Amino acid sequence: MDKFIQVDGLVVPLDRANVDTDAIIPKQFLKSIKRTGFGPNLFDEWRYLDHGEPGMDNSKRPLNPDFVLNQPRYHGAQILLARENFGCGSSREHAPWALDDYGFRAIIAPSFADIFCNNCFKNGLLPIVLDIAGIDDLFQVVTATPGYHLKIDLEQQSIIAPNGVVYRFEVDDFRKNCLLNGLDDIGLTLQHVRKIKEYETRRKLEAPWLFT
Amino acid sequence: MGTQTLYDKLWNGHVVHEESDGTTLIYIDRHLVHEVTSPQAFEGLRLAGRKPWRIASMLAVADHNVPTTDRTQGIADPISRLQVETLDSNCDELGITEFRMADVRQGIVHVIGPEQGATLPGMTVVCGDSHTSTHGAFAALAFGIGTSEVEHVMATQCLLMKKAHAMQVLVEGMLGKGVTAKDLVLAVIGKIGTAGGTGYAIEFAGSAIRALSMEGRMTVCNMAIEAGARAGMIAADDTTISYLKGRPFAPQGELWDKAVDYWRTLHSDEGAQFDKVVQLDAAEIKPQVTWGTSPEMVVAVDGNVPDPARESDPVKRSSIDLSLKYMGLQPNTPITEIQIDKVFIGSCTNARIEDLRAAAEVVRGKHVAANVKLAMAVPGSGLVKQQAEREGLDKIFVEAGFEWREPGCSMCLAMNADRLESGERCASTSNRNFEGRQGPGGRTHLVSPEMAAAAAIAGHFVDVRNF
Repeated sequence: MDKFIQVDGLVVPLDRANVDTDAIIPKQFLKSIKRTGFGPNLFDEWRYLDHGEPGMDNSKRPLNPDFVLNQPRYHGAQILLARENFGCGSSREHAPWALDDYGFRAIIAPSFADIFCNNCFKNGLLPIVLDIAGIDDLFQVVTATPGYHLKIDLEQQSIIAPNGVVYRFEVDDFRKNCLLNGLDDIGLTLQHVRKIKEYETRRKLEAPWLFT
Repeated sequence: MGTQTLYDKLWNGHVVHEESDGTTLIYIDRHLVHEVTSPQAFEGLRLAGRKPWRIASMLAVADHNVPTTDRTQGIADPISRLQVETLDSNCDELGITEFRMADVRQGIVHVIGPEQGATLPGMTVVCGDSHTSTHGAFAALAFGIGTSEVEHVMATQCLLMKKAHAMQVLVEGMLGKGVTAKDLVLAVIGKIGTAGGTGYAIEFAGSAIRALSMEGRMTVCNMAIEAGARAGMIAADDTTISYLKGRPFAPQGELWDKAVDYWRTLHSDEGAQFDKVVQLDAAEIKPQVTWGTSPEMVVAVDGNVPDPARESDPVKRSSIDLSLKYMGLQPNTPITEIQIDKVFIGSCTNARIEDLRAAAEVVRGKHVAANVKLAMAVPGSGLVKQQAEREGLDKIFVEAGFEWREPGCSMCLAMNADRLESGERCASTSNRNFEGRQGPGGRTHLVSPEMAAAAAIAGHFVDVRNF
């Protein structure tokens, strides 16, 4: 997994609540057996005017000029500013894969759906929860200021705005450490092989029907 | 350790290791696998030179991409076909039990787990699918995971997680005639909102929950995720135990007796504390119909489409506006005046035998309305289909003008050929009314099987209590 230490990136605002994973990456693209290549189909139904299917040349498809990601001022954005319950719905990890493949490194929202939030951390994508007042401020200033950048410092758990305002955020210590060091969860868990085997031995005695 | 909730008992029974910050290694008893969220996990395992930790814990089935029409020619879409073949070859290579497309046991992963007795009380059950919460109906700790976690469970038989908060949804009283488990859970979602359960594990309790069959309980737990909770669960009781008796993967003989003794302890202790309690009166719940693009956008069938002008919160008002525009609905329209184009009876929420019986009862001797272009009944598994056919339900559906299909996820998410065309409106027994969920531009109204069946006959929503 890629490390996440600091990101200084252009911010794009997506001003709607309950953005679900079907909207982030529609189901027809879930037929892929790969982890990469989902970026061009991120928010496919909002981003293009035609209906997208796997295998199409996305560079030739008509773009929806009203969709925020298509506005030239937001090209190259690395930070997505969103509303509550971002990433609700299905457990598809294709959603963070698509966001990552597009170039996003962090999402700032008042709340995230649990499974999506988990999936982000597994892919070096940082979901940041800020209070509604902070989110409302950011929506205003991002919309009003072309080229608006934020600096995210995971070590310091801070977002630093160009005017010097600092927004602090919480992140679980374990996940923070994994992101800062790009650690592989499976490798970490396998350090506990002895404990897993001890658990199994005990459990087989207590509940043998689980092991038949 | 004092009184415990059901969630405490399930959690504590699976702790392998705990870090100082509360991050816990939890042991996984059952790993269900389907074709969409597993290929990258198998690939990751292979690239790292790892093998699955306990192959016997795994049960695999293809359900999302499978056709529900004639299967003798295989899957027409080459990309769908490759995904299913990839699951087949991964299972072959590693020796994982898989129900293939031609196997009568094939079906929706959340239907076949319980049907086979592969889901048992006291288990931790995971699957790369958010509707894994369904299995919590058996007093199991069951939740959906992403593909990285699928790989993690394969490699280590464990997951790293933090304990969620505990919520009790207490529903006392009796559901009225024509009011179902689906209406109950939609009413819960309408009350707490689609993010109301985020960060919680929900235990559904109370006399209305105890009175439900296992099928009804599965419908309720299935949609816990639509209220934001990864896991929903219900205490084990006689209903749970008699459902499981004799199922192929369930224990037998002495082991059965031993298991039953343990299962009887799987309930919240008297006086156990929850972080949050939500109460509903079953008698007040009416048949529910969603009007928008989130499951929380739901009203009783005798209500109207809401008016955004009456919403003071600007974010909510804008959500209502966007939803009504997408759904092609005018504010204040009575729900019973909404005409439909298609009907879908199926999905991991409502495709079990009891659902099909209830819908068949409504359409018996009647015919689908002229404005309904397609009405489908899609059983949840090959065994459900077989049972329904033994009872003659297929004939009732076909005579009423329904199509009787092969089992799979079908038009719940339209990954196979079953889908809505842009602008089409569907009465659906599935679980998500998101934009494009049932096909790009498609408009979904979530309802119970009885309500979907009645809408098929009338051509618009009707109150099944007076139908």
